[in-house]
Amino acid sequence: MHEASLAGGVLQLVDDCAQREGFARVLELRLEVGQLAGVDVAALRFALDCIAPGTRLEGARIELVETPGQAWCLGCSTRVPIAQRGDPCPACSSYLLEPTGGMELRVLDLQVSDD
Amino acid sequence: MCVVCGCSQTQRNRVPAPAHPSRPQGQASPERLLAQAATAASDDAAAPETGPRIDPLSGDLDYGAGAARVSVPGLSQVRAIKLEHDILGANDRIAAQNRAHFAAHGVLALNLVSSPGSGKTTLLCATIEALRRRHPALPVAVIEGDQQTAFDAERIRATGAPAIQINTGKGCHLDAPMVAAAFAQLHRHEPEQAHGHSHSHEHEQAHGHSHEHGSGGHGHDHAHAHAHAHAPGHDHATPSLLFIENVGNLVCPALWDLGERAKVAILSVTEGEDKPLKYPDMFAAARLMILNKIDLLPHVQFDVARCIELARRVNPGIEVLQVSATTGAGLDDWLHWLEHELGHDHGHEHEHAHGAGHAHASEQALRVRVAQLEAELAQLRQTVAAPS
Repeated sequence: MHEASLAGGVLQLVDDCAQREGFARVLELRLEVGQLAGVDVAALRFALDCIAPGTRLEGARIELVETPGQAWCLGCSTRVPIAQRGDPCPACSSYLLEPTGGMELRVLDLQVSDD
Repeated sequence: MCVVCGCSQTQRNRVPAPAHPSRPQGQASPERLLAQAATAASDDAAAPETGPRIDPLSGDLDYGAGAARVSVPGLSQVRAIKLEHDILGANDRIAAQNRAHFAAHGVLALNLVSSPGSGKTTLLCATIEALRRRHPALPVAVIEGDQQTAFDAERIRATGAPAIQINTGKGCHLDAPMVAAAFAQLHRHEPEQAHGHSHSHEHEQAHGHSHEHGSGGHGHDHAHAHAHAHAPGHDHATPSLLFIENVGNLVCPALWDLGERAKVAILSVTEGEDKPLKYPDMFAAARLMILNKIDLLPHVQFDVARCIELARRVNPGIEVLQVSATTGAGLDDWLHWLEHELGHDHGHEHEHAHGAGHAHASEQALRVRVAQLEAELAQLRQTVAAPS
């Protein structure tokens, strides 16, 4: 349920940006959510839909870009894809993995309008 | 500021600024067009977005410069803004301030996370009492997080340690501004016990950011810098311990950095041994896992070895301690761990019996990795250096 807090964080970033750039509403918003970021994409989308009414995000098209999980395998010394923490290395089955990618949780960019 | 173009010269200047020669009213000069546009736009003098793009040299107007490439009456231009900001950035900035604050004051802050009912508060009470016997001069304070009630803070206060309760209401986790505000309260309410020295002005200043968080999200960065001009090492650095007992929840608190030295995940043997794999983010974020209530092991089905194995699948470097807060079994290991973190494990028998073998293994694995990266780097350097 922390996705609700994260949605609040997104709105805060949008509002801060609106103050700097002087726009009225967001038409399109792109978020990057890593596979290992600890975020449920559907829950985040739902939370954003819930907080949008009455804000600059009302009616905005929201795109969630999922970046794949990546880890360095200490077992076979290669960079391997992993879908979730606790999965073994797909190459050597070792669990000695150090996640190196897919932890992102960012607002990438937005299309805005002034009215 | 000049209302014509936003330059630093004021119109109230006795001599009109040479940059703006007076023109008859109504005559549109390029400067005037720019001025209108500039006042229409935000105060940071961004390019006007509602109207056309104006060439600053010629004064030419371009209505097709927006993303829509055309001007439609009644429809404004659409534009794209690249942001690339971390969603948790505002929290992380305050967490960094908390961390600097704790470091400057010699505070070892630990973030205790677990599901509800794992025995965090009981463990804390037992820890506080044991520490008082071993280190009577060591100040220990607690920040308690729960959705409702101050029951836990009252239990802590009953041990004599200062505690501040944070009620998160509907919130499922503590965040860095809450901890900053609670830490300030600890100082206000228990100045003698908590630290025993007065430096109130710094705290007023240091914790102002908890308000900024609500109003803007930005601007926390500068509030704190000067409060920590003093180097750690003088009288503030008397070591002390701050336990932050997070809301009982194995999911959400994993993402929020509070400025702690480490997260400590507590798992009781009355829960499933597979929890580390079911809630991997929390066990990945924790440095230490405490298996609590081990006195109940004879009565429950809980495979300790498997639990540790699963925890290390998600976090190969996690340390593990086995404790019973009620009987006191294993409590010494936990106290050793704390003393080690506090930096005063002065020479007494301290063999890291707990998970020593594993710590060694993960250290070795890291060494191997460093060696590999160094080899990779050397190879890359060669590639760069080699004439193509």
